[in-house]
Amino acid sequence: MQNKFRKAELWGIAIAGIILLAVLPALNAFLPESSVFHVSDFTINLYGKYLCYAVLAISVDLLWGYTGLLSLGQCLFFALGGYAFGMHLMLLIGKLGQYHSDLPDFMVFLGYPKLPLQWEPFRSFWFAVAAVVLVPGLVALVFGFLAFRSRIRGVYFSILTQALTYAACLMFFRNDFTFGGNNGLTDFKFILGYDIRSAATQRCLFIATGILLILTYLFCRWLTLTKFGKIQRAVRDSENRVLFSGYAAGNFKLFVFVVSAIIAGLAGALYVPQVGIINPSEMAPDKSLEAVVWVAVGGRGTLIGPVIGAIVVNALKSWATRAYPDLWLIILGGMFVVVVLFMPKGIVGLPMQLWSLFKRSTTLWKKVRNQHVGPTEVPLKESSTPRQANAIRGRE
Amino acid sequence: MLDATLEMNKPFLLTAEGVTKSFDGFKAINDLNFYLDEGELRTIIGPNGAGKSTFLDLITGRTRPDEGEIEFKGTPVIKKTEYQIYRMGIGRKFQTPSVYSDHTVYENILLGIKGGRGVWSAIFGRVTPAQNDRIYHVLEIINLRDKAQVRAGTLAHGQKQWLEIGMLIAQDPELMLVDEPAAGMTDEETARTGELLLSLAGKHTIIVIEHDMTFVRQLANKVTVLHQGSILREGTLDEVQNDERVIEVYLGKKKHDAIHPEH
Repeated sequence: MQNKFRKAELWGIAIAGIILLAVLPALNAFLPESSVFHVSDFTINLYGKYLCYAVLAISVDLLWGYTGLLSLGQCLFFALGGYAFGMHLMLLIGKLGQYHSDLPDFMVFLGYPKLPLQWEPFRSFWFAVAAVVLVPGLVALVFGFLAFRSRIRGVYFSILTQALTYAACLMFFRNDFTFGGNNGLTDFKFILGYDIRSAATQRCLFIATGILLILTYLFCRWLTLTKFGKIQRAVRDSENRVLFSGYAAGNFKLFVFVVSAIIAGLAGALYVPQVGIINPSEMAPDKSLEAVVWVAVGGRGTLIGPVIGAIVVNALKSWATRAYPDLWLIILGGMFVVVVLFMPKGIVGLPMQLWSLFKRSTTLWKKVRNQHVGPTEVPLKESSTPRQANAIRGRE
Repeated sequence: MLDATLEMNKPFLLTAEGVTKSFDGFKAINDLNFYLDEGELRTIIGPNGAGKSTFLDLITGRTRPDEGEIEFKGTPVIKKTEYQIYRMGIGRKFQTPSVYSDHTVYENILLGIKGGRGVWSAIFGRVTPAQNDRIYHVLEIINLRDKAQVRAGTLAHGQKQWLEIGMLIAQDPELMLVDEPAAGMTDEETARTGELLLSLAGKHTIIVIEHDMTFVRQLANKVTVLHQGSILREGTLDEVQNDERVIEVYLGKKKHDAIHPEH
């Protein structure tokens, strides 16, 4: 593994950055709707959602692909970040709600006398931003501390994370949990004083998501290039060896778990103002499973893989749920099976896979042709000399 | 080599007293008493299932004894975790070579090298020039310098064994536990491994577990024979090889061949 950023990669990021942060928003803002190059508000909004998913997918891969921790509850952190920011947006609605009350609609509806105490500080934008980072981070810290201290590994860890997100999901469904029950938080009007539904605001949110994606990518790349990244992959490949090399593997896993929870939380916080709603179904176990499929399809153990996977699978989903609404889950499941069986490195690994297939078939072809001409092949025995023969030789 | 034993006042580096460990009723280690002096190079031999690897597991915290006490420099180790024991100065090479196959040879040594073991030092620490030199020095010793940037998974079996020994050298522990270093090696490689261990013996205390009697003879040191989880005999290889009980239990199946090799 290299220790520095590769040039090609930096160029790729720069080009992606220009497209995401400048070209697409400009095509949306300045071209008339009649132009073929015009990007519609709907498309910008949709792409913004995909970018949030891409960030979420990177956070899944940081755990799964790089550390060997398959979390099946990553959407819990995504939703927690979303809720924290959604609470702030909820309080910005003011008297414009259906009941024209100072309280958010669902509180009036459920007969709350006044704003619950834990909602008060969310009037502040910066408090909400801090909560977006701290709430997922703290939940991950407590859960991870307990899990890793007890040395819960492999499939047991996966099941526990799924149980955690399911438990949280059930809790958020309750009306008396003060977070809107099954309706969740919705009907937002403003963000930072701007109309949240206006094209300009949505464009800014899209740009903000693009920035988050690029920063997340750069941060994760930097992390994987440090010694920490090497230890991370060592934990994935041989946790015992890491322990017997004096590293407290649990601490390293805890750190990655908390970092990836924070990344997921940030993605969730930008997701909510773009889709306009957050409800407990976002933390339902199947959402987290979908995120795992994105990573598998794109190619785990790489940083670009999850981004590609999240965008491709969700674009496919947008199309399939309209064209074949009943078949989507079958398509998703089928895709996962195909990737696991035939494309272990996902879309990212496909070119290499095809290349080696091509090389194998050409050598096979040459062999067949040579046999046709005459037996010029090297006998098998000579080509398979014992391994030990090439092993360490004495220093003469 | 045995001089240290004469200084009666000097405390042992490693002591194990009354250690017992059973797995599902089978006593892998049975009331074992073991004493190791500082600077010693000790070989443990014994038939399969004698408890050799289990004994190393107990010292390094992989498993905990049911009874008994193990002390390293007077400090009990049995309640400590693997990495705490490592930090006390005990390093281990496993029976089956356990290297990071996806990392390069250089990175394998880097992860083994003495230095910070915390999360923050891993993130913000840099490889110092001194560490870099040390890594190449270790690679030189284990003869893998020209393979520094090769993925460890592609190495031949013997080279993997050497790489893991290299990680141990990089760690520079007071006590090295080396489990079957010559397994799967050619005769030439085995001899070189022996030389390497002998060269380390001055600076480190070493326990070697080995089956290969030629190799044990090359090390020419004090030998402990384990049998059914306890010590059957300790002494020089010649003493051990001529002990009636050792011949009886150790060679029950193969008679003299195994302990008196032809070559």
